[in-house]
Amino acid sequence: MPPFSRLVAEGKRAIPGTLVFDGNAAQSGYAINAMCYSFNDEANRKAFAADEEAYMERFGLSEDQRQAVRDRDVLGMLAAGGNVYYLAKLAGILGLNVQDLGALQTGMSLEDFKANLMSHSVTETHVADDPRRAA
Amino acid sequence: MSEICGGIFTSHVPGIGNAIAKGLQQDPYWKPFFDGFNPVHAWLAEEKPDVAVVFYNDHGLNFFLDKMPTFAIGAAPEYRHEDEGWGIAFKRPFPGDPDLSWHIIEQVVESEFDPVTCQSMLVDHAVAVPFELCWPGENAFPVKLVPIAINTVQHPLPSPKRCHDLGKAVGRAIESWGGSEKVVIFGTGGLSHQLEGERAGHINVDYDKFCLRNLAPDPEALLQHDTLDIVELAGSQGVEILNWIAARGALRGSVHELASNYHVPISNTAAATVLLENSARVHA
Repeated sequence: MPPFSRLVAEGKRAIPGTLVFDGNAAQSGYAINAMCYSFNDEANRKAFAADEEAYMERFGLSEDQRQAVRDRDVLGMLAAGGNVYYLAKLAGILGLNVQDLGALQTGMSLEDFKANLMSHSVTETHVADDPRRAA
Repeated sequence: MSEICGGIFTSHVPGIGNAIAKGLQQDPYWKPFFDGFNPVHAWLAEEKPDVAVVFYNDHGLNFFLDKMPTFAIGAAPEYRHEDEGWGIAFKRPFPGDPDLSWHIIEQVVESEFDPVTCQSMLVDHAVAVPFELCWPGENAFPVKLVPIAINTVQHPLPSPKRCHDLGKAVGRAIESWGGSEKVVIFGTGGLSHQLEGERAGHINVDYDKFCLRNLAPDPEALLQHDTLDIVELAGSQGVEILNWIAARGALRGSVHELASNYHVPISNTAAATVLLENSARVHA
């Protein structure tokens, strides 16, 4: 993720802890995102699992991107231009759901990450007073 | 003359699709969310709309970064969902309505919008999950689909006002269609959530409630924030509220809320379902 100070220096709005996936990220992340996009196809997922290095080579990932994939370093993948919508397809191969990803990125345990989500827990339901509409 | 009978606004979290595939609707974790669809089912059974015009965002099934349209309108005779990388592909096809799609395309271009037109496209969980929620089971979907994709992936995103104006243009287009179809509008995604970065897990109940409170009576209140404001408030994926803002723009009659359900959390998301009735406009 670009340092806060660089975003400020570039005159871009910086939102703490948040990557704004813009043209710079879309360019630098093209290869890793293209690889992840290919994982919509099960045969490609199997090919990646069979030989990760060869598969990354085929898509021309940068060394930063390859190392982040080797290390299962989600923040590193994002810093190298990965977009979470595409990375989610890689996460699926690795057996990680979005809560696992959240824990990895925030440095929390999975239990703490889930507890943090549950700390917002609320259910509010309104149904208009109209007998025709009532379920 | 076509009639827009209402709007359905709902989260489209992939995990909901997984829960449907596993039959977990009555599971204690999922039930409070799925129960929010009971009033929607009753309303759909009564209204029986013929067409669903769906504002959504693609997450990397049909569109990749090689060609990323800001707005794209489907004009296919049929759409399909496919495996998005986690092995779930909903089987039921979505029948299209090419004549209405082309009418909408012609009319919104006349209104100075410039959408990409798609005679062949896949629709991802942002369409498939809401359809599975609204019409559960195995029967063929009773509505035809006109999908309208908004870029919420690669910044710069369209502004909230632009999305709202697109929705208004689509609403006018549907109202001017010569057919007799009854149309329901969908806005999918949201509410607050953020999947990536050190702020992953961000949820903002106050902003979500602001959106829910104003959606029916004063949708322009949602236009006071620009897209980066919304990213900051609602999270980098919470910006999917743009789809809701567009869909609300298409409801141009007397609008009031019939039902809403806000449930936190579903997966990493503050989930919501809202049903709005759009009473017939009075035509000059």
